[in-house]
Amino acid sequence: MTMDAAVDTGAVNPDPPTARLSSDQRPVVLDVKNVSLSFGGVKAIQDVSFDIRKGEVRAIIGPNGAGKTSMLNVINGFYHPQHGTITWHGQERKQMRPHIAATQGIARTFQNVALFQGMSTLDNIMSGRSLKMKSNFLFQLIHYGPARNEEIEHRRKVEEIIDFLEIQAIRRTPVGRLPYGLKKRVELGRALAMEPELLLLDEPMAGMNLEEKEDMSRFIIDVNDQFGTTIALIEHDMGVVMDLSDRVVVLDHGELIADGTPNEVQANQNVIDAYLGVAH
Amino acid sequence: MSDGARAANHTHDTVPKLLLRNAKQYADRPAIREKDLGIWQSWTWAEVYEEVRLYAIGLAKLGLRRGDKVAIVGDNRPRLYWTFVAAQSLGAIPVPVYQDSVADEMVYVLQHADIMFAVVEDQEQVDKVLSVAEQIASLKKVIYDDPRGLKEYDHTDLHSISDVQGVGKSELSANPGLEREWLDQIAQGTGDDIAVMLYTSGTTGKPKGVVLTNENVVISARNGNAFDKLDVNEEMIAYLPMAWVGDHIFSYAQSYEAGFCVSCPESPETIGVDRREIGPTYFFAPPRVYENALTQISVQMEDASKIKRSMFAYFMKLARRVGEDILVGNSVSFADRVLYKLGDFLVYGPLRNHLGLTRLKVGYTAGEAIGPEIFQFYRSLGLNVKQLYGQTEAGVYVTMQPDGEIFPDTVGVAAPDVELQIAENGEVMFRGPGTFKQYFKNDEATAETKTPDGWVHSGDAGFIDDRGHLKIIDRAKDVGKLRDGSLFAPKYIENKLKFFPNVQEAVALGDGRDFCAVMLNIDLTAVGNWAERNNVSYASYQELAAHPDVYKMIEENVDQVNRTLAGEPNVAGSQIKRFLILHKELDADDGELTRTQKVRRSFIADRYSPLVEALYDGSDEKHITTEMTFEDGRRGEITGQVKIVDMKLYPVETLKEAAE
Repeated sequence: MTMDAAVDTGAVNPDPPTARLSSDQRPVVLDVKNVSLSFGGVKAIQDVSFDIRKGEVRAIIGPNGAGKTSMLNVINGFYHPQHGTITWHGQERKQMRPHIAATQGIARTFQNVALFQGMSTLDNIMSGRSLKMKSNFLFQLIHYGPARNEEIEHRRKVEEIIDFLEIQAIRRTPVGRLPYGLKKRVELGRALAMEPELLLLDEPMAGMNLEEKEDMSRFIIDVNDQFGTTIALIEHDMGVVMDLSDRVVVLDHGELIADGTPNEVQANQNVIDAYLGVAH
Repeated sequence: MSDGARAANHTHDTVPKLLLRNAKQYADRPAIREKDLGIWQSWTWAEVYEEVRLYAIGLAKLGLRRGDKVAIVGDNRPRLYWTFVAAQSLGAIPVPVYQDSVADEMVYVLQHADIMFAVVEDQEQVDKVLSVAEQIASLKKVIYDDPRGLKEYDHTDLHSISDVQGVGKSELSANPGLEREWLDQIAQGTGDDIAVMLYTSGTTGKPKGVVLTNENVVISARNGNAFDKLDVNEEMIAYLPMAWVGDHIFSYAQSYEAGFCVSCPESPETIGVDRREIGPTYFFAPPRVYENALTQISVQMEDASKIKRSMFAYFMKLARRVGEDILVGNSVSFADRVLYKLGDFLVYGPLRNHLGLTRLKVGYTAGEAIGPEIFQFYRSLGLNVKQLYGQTEAGVYVTMQPDGEIFPDTVGVAAPDVELQIAENGEVMFRGPGTFKQYFKNDEATAETKTPDGWVHSGDAGFIDDRGHLKIIDRAKDVGKLRDGSLFAPKYIENKLKFFPNVQEAVALGDGRDFCAVMLNIDLTAVGNWAERNNVSYASYQELAAHPDVYKMIEENVDQVNRTLAGEPNVAGSQIKRFLILHKELDADDGELTRTQKVRRSFIADRYSPLVEALYDGSDEKHITTEMTFEDGRRGEITGQVKIVDMKLYPVETLKEAAE
């Protein structure tokens, strides 16, 4: 057989296709410069700079308390850093609210699932569309005219996401009754419903078993591949990080200690010390 | 069948010819449906004709010729069903492969069958085939249905089905004469040509490729349709593996023969919902599906309010008493009829609806024995559920239960045109229009199984009872003897155990040994629900399986089995003396079950040999480490302490001396 498989065919974490641009050829979408954030005396982030380029999978890793989640919160405007600048598409922004970040195309999932437990999977994902809904509240209320057509369009998008994430079987199931791994998937679905340009994933695989992790990895790769969504993720499973990401930022005690490709970072002595501890 | 009948049907002796007929006769009737983005999409016969025409011409352009083999791997999807007709229309031979088989298992079939094209469902299957592509010398092209995730792959020898259809379309517009050529190809097909090769799941050794001719398939389908008066108005849902002969006949050949519509579920997990939406009139399920549905109903009833529970109990009692008689039209007292009507309104109707079987005309179960109580439960609800006994080598039908002659313990009378006989060693033999041609590239096995005058050794032991119905006891080769000479039919014992909702799987051991011992799997749904109600907390199957109260519950079930065995002189000697609950669920991925979920007894006995040893050396418990395979082929280990329980044996009720 003459077939030449262009991709690694391992079912676990296929390598990103080789045809893609390497990271440094792509434009920067988000630039973090000299950002510092403190809560009273606690310095959560100290003078951290890195960038996220279009279409890449950017991992943020580090030991517990390194400031990873704070960093995500800074990016989506939930925290306001005391120093430094965040540049989004060439525009510097300082005081930004999460809902503004959302309208600008930044979506996120949370470390602890934050879904509407009593609502169905479908409705939860539909809620991710709310920012895209343009029609008059009154029309929506009586489900008439433009509101109706709009709803059909949104429903279609939501169904595409359900199909994409293979959660057809739980379409009508209240989220509260779902196992943890599926809740995570629904949360990813809600973030995708915003059709974000930048997707922030806070430990998408925490607490999952091997099979669920593999599924989630595949979805992340597919989201990145098919929609071209830029992804920044925090993850503790190093295998996952090394397989999925194009570039990795390493934080420790709020400071940036390494930034580079997975291989570079893995070989970096600072990183090894941060994870394994140093003999004093 | 007679020569007259054969000649009369000569015009429609292949499935592609039936497609041409349907495209004219039933042009605007739905042929196939698929749920996509939550909405049912359907294709009429005329549309299917159009799709298949472009597809076949595209395949021909890619180099598919008469006699070439095409593997089909995936869940039940319209385009994969079209692949069957498209290939057959060119005289090529489709070879469906079980979609959940791991790459290593798949390699054997793809190699053995000389596969040239592999048509697969999605990225997962593409990856699987590509990972072994080098080992399959004959493979030229891989074609897929769902493009998701495949954009970046090298498309030199990889195509989507719609691309192939696109090729067909441009070929056709460049040369309209191609359609005539294609129709000529169809006309060239005859009943004696090979229609399909189905690899048997192989309880023993390597899978064998069963070669069925067009006539085998088409006549079987026609007889099946005639037997149950199935017509163009039927609705059915295709969800069983396409590589299984049953699906090939029921949801493919019968649909083309009768012209009825087949619906493909949205995903394997949504079948319950999809079935409710479609409301099939013709339904097929292995006993497991009926068992699970009943378990679920029982579980849900346990959680229902008191009024509902007592209503359910009352009317189910009535149904058990008169339901079967009302279904077959026997005389039943007026009062009972009125009560049953009320029950139908309050309980049976809603239950049928819940199951999605409100419109059921006939439902079948086969593959394994079904528990008499489970079987009767469905029939007493007014559902015409029947049993059939079939084999891949028979083009499915060997025996079927005719309406009005339904007995839970038999599999019915010989199917239309099928002859039956019992060999001296008790083995069932059959011969009929569906009887396979041969095993592919395996003359030795063919000669072993099929006699020169067309009789096939089924491999099952059974007898024909005084009503003329066939009763299957076990696999002929599995029927053994305990050391004291008493008969040991493992499956017979296993089935008795599995009829308890708490028991998922059972493996009986005893051939050539001193006594019968059993290894069990508990049913996680049923026992899990019990645990919830009784505040028993558990983290895993293993933990629940080892719980002392669970053991106690299972012990009662085993005890009951021993009691019934004691009442049957033939098998009373093989009462269960010791049993244990396995620390892990038996799984096809570990090779413990076949792809059709049958236990592989000798393999399991081998794999758990420390446990088997412990069963026979009198120890109370045993520590064991077992390797297990995850879905992706990676391996892990599971360790545990397994307890063994001694059972009380009952004296044989009938005098043993009398039998001797």
